[in-house]
Amino acid sequence: MKTLADLRAIKEKAKQDMASREKTAKYRIIVSMGTCGIAAGARATMSAIIDELNKRNIKDAIVTQTGCLGYCDQEPMIQISQASKQTITYGKVTPEIAREIINGHVVNDKVLTNYVFNLS
Amino acid sequence: MRELSLNILDIVTNSIEAEASRVIIYIEELDRENIFRIRIRDNGRGMSRETQEKVLDPFITSRTTRSVGMGLSLLNQSARQSGGFVELNSEVGKGTTVTAEFRKNHLNRAPLGNIVETIVNLVISNMDVHFCYLHRTDSGYFSFDSFWIYARMVERACSIYEVAEPAREQIKKHLLAIRSSG
Repeated sequence: MKTLADLRAIKEKAKQDMASREKTAKYRIIVSMGTCGIAAGARATMSAIIDELNKRNIKDAIVTQTGCLGYCDQEPMIQISQASKQTITYGKVTPEIAREIINGHVVNDKVLTNYVFNLS
Repeated sequence: MRELSLNILDIVTNSIEAEASRVIIYIEELDRENIFRIRIRDNGRGMSRETQEKVLDPFITSRTTRSVGMGLSLLNQSARQSGGFVELNSEVGKGTTVTAEFRKNHLNRAPLGNIVETIVNLVISNMDVHFCYLHRTDSGYFSFDSFWIYARMVERACSIYEVAEPAREQIKKHLLAIRSSG
């Protein structure tokens, strides 16, 4: 049985963990979750990303979500940003492609040019 | 949207875009009253009366009001097609509550679908937001707090991605216990 003090301690620890994660994360994976993205399957795409990060025990990547990026026909879209590098946007990212992108871009640090969507 | 859990994901994304730090998702499946109700309450920046009047109509909602898109009007359409309605309660600076009510057994009512995936993905991809998910049926009630995920992450000193599957299992167990039919 946990006391209130235990719960507070866990909450504090979780906060610290999140702050350090935020600082040390090398990759930020942003899933576009506007109405258009969700209708095109963004939820399953995000689940595949979470699953792949877990399977490969990747700790230096953060998954976040954002609203519509303005290119609804390219949904589901994801963006990968890295400090001091250009943010890469991928379009029509099915769960299978999402797994490929995690393995190529996040694990091997190689941009998968055939899935890149150029924002212009 | 084929599943109401996708509409929920959509509406909560509005809350996050409105910089909410706390979101409560409340689902009620009431067989006796034949009501399926979804209520989403956030402490985001809220909407003016003028915006509130516009967001339910897909033809008036304009993209220049970047804070809201098509999501609410889709939910509204879906609710009205199944004998229900959407009600907005919002105050600038305080937050927004969206209530969607459906006739539970109406032929046009979409199923709840994969609510487990909606909740777990929301928690994992918005770690700075506190989520509380409450679900009630005629046979019972449960609540699932995003704190459950953090506590497990801290206790086992593991990544949040490792907690995804145990969290899904936990919510599934709860849903089974209250005999949710979705």
